[in-house]
Amino acid sequence: MSELIRELFSPELAFLRCALLVGVLASPALGVVGTLVVTRRISSLAGACAHAALGGVGLALFLQRVLRLVWCTPTIGAVAGALCAAVVVGVVSLSAKEREDTVIAVVWALGMSIGLLFLERTPGYVDWQGYLFGNILLLSKSDIVMTALLDAAVLIPMMLFYPAVLAMSFDTTFSELRGVRTTTIYLVLLALTACTIVLLLNVVGIILVIALLTLPAATAGCFTRHLWSMMASAAVLSCVFVIGGLLGSFYYRLPSGPAIVVLAGVVYLAALGFSKWRGKRR
Amino acid sequence: MTPVIEVEHLNFAYEPGFPVVEDAAFSIMPGQSGCIVGPNGGGKSTLLKLLLGLLSPDSGKIRLFGKSPAEARRQVGYMPQYHQLDPSFPVTALEVAVMGRLRPGFFPFYSRRDKETAMDALTELGIADLAGRSFADLSGGQRQRVLIARALACRPGLLLLDEPTANIDPGAEEQFYATLARLRQRMTVLTVSHDLGFVNRETDVIICVNRKVSIHRAENFTAEAADAVYHHRMNLIRHDHACFCRCGGGHDE
Repeated sequence: MSELIRELFSPELAFLRCALLVGVLASPALGVVGTLVVTRRISSLAGACAHAALGGVGLALFLQRVLRLVWCTPTIGAVAGALCAAVVVGVVSLSAKEREDTVIAVVWALGMSIGLLFLERTPGYVDWQGYLFGNILLLSKSDIVMTALLDAAVLIPMMLFYPAVLAMSFDTTFSELRGVRTTTIYLVLLALTACTIVLLLNVVGIILVIALLTLPAATAGCFTRHLWSMMASAAVLSCVFVIGGLLGSFYYRLPSGPAIVVLAGVVYLAALGFSKWRGKRR
Repeated sequence: MTPVIEVEHLNFAYEPGFPVVEDAAFSIMPGQSGCIVGPNGGGKSTLLKLLLGLLSPDSGKIRLFGKSPAEARRQVGYMPQYHQLDPSFPVTALEVAVMGRLRPGFFPFYSRRDKETAMDALTELGIADLAGRSFADLSGGQRQRVLIARALACRPGLLLLDEPTANIDPGAEEQFYATLARLRQRMTVLTVSHDLGFVNRETDVIICVNRKVSIHRAENFTAEAADAVYHHRMNLIRHDHACFCRCGGGHDE
């Protein structure tokens, strides 16, 4: 154990420390947003946001390198892409005139394709696999600051509006009748989901980010009977999954994203099986 | 006296040319309770949404307590059908009931009085012992009563219940009718139902909805038919739209 701690503080492993710190810092936001995504059943929408983020990344890199727009970083592009997707799908699901799942699938595929096309035409080396599967070597101090900001952006509104968020997640119509601005809350939730996804892109990548968002919450949902306790347990679980997955990947020389997700998935399946078994015995 | 509900020349269509509610007009006075009946697809739910202000009429007017539905919302307690809600949502019965005390704006946390009001509502419906239980673990009938308790916690002048007898446990039926009879003395209770036996017992006026809307006094409505016939007729109304001609629905099939 002490050897492990010493290794963690060695200068060569700054990237691992950084990844662990981002993972641990992200877990409160992950717990809260993940729980809302799971209970409101919008995980496919979150998936569309993640893939649309790649579209933003591709466009941003293209603008940065071809048109010399220095400020146009991949992170800004990812945020813009994910937010655009969230707004498009959110507005569609609220007006319910189109088939929501179709629109989600279109945004999902279109975002990714646009990203890959732009990356193809961007000169110089682009680590596109890093965006798809995560690359903790890309994490920097600015990610730590951004993650802390995200926590604040998620936790402060949650503490101010928890009863309204609970009521609205459970029964939107009833909350609307009580005068709650359900549309505003829903769009804010989508925006925060988009931001959470973008921040986790470097840790687990676009394809696996949905797993990290939903698996801790789904695992927590097997055992909790309050929304707040589901959020808190999901935060603790995502912390455990990220730390366990990162250390496992470091020791066994595995890619970090899949290691985290496999750990989370195995625990989820075990929890699901256990809760079903317990439910039957009752 | 201001009517609790006043509807005049109300028209509504989801698509132009396909009216769902046509020239509806009725009113319910304080102290009266009513039941909305009609076949599936006849416009019951649409009328309910119009009364709640979730849909806006194409023409005509709706007044609740002399105000527009949007303005009167906080005087209305609404119980949706429970299967519209996620059955595995992590929430307890008391947490659901206290949502009736929800208010808009910053920091909408519940006071102790709010929780007492919710607890009283659960007690009134005979499910105080379920307060701490998870909503997911309750039976259909119990969930429905939790949702009625939530509507009661709004302290409404008008209680709108969407299919309240659809999932009631057989043993709890009598108790449920007694509860409704008690509530009717305090507030206007408007139910949406396909169960005419229920209509017969628990209401002053009957609102038949099948695109056209007509209102009847319950005693006239029942005087037409003896109980045995009534049962037969109930089936007719469920399955045969033409029957609505007889209760004045103006349906032209």
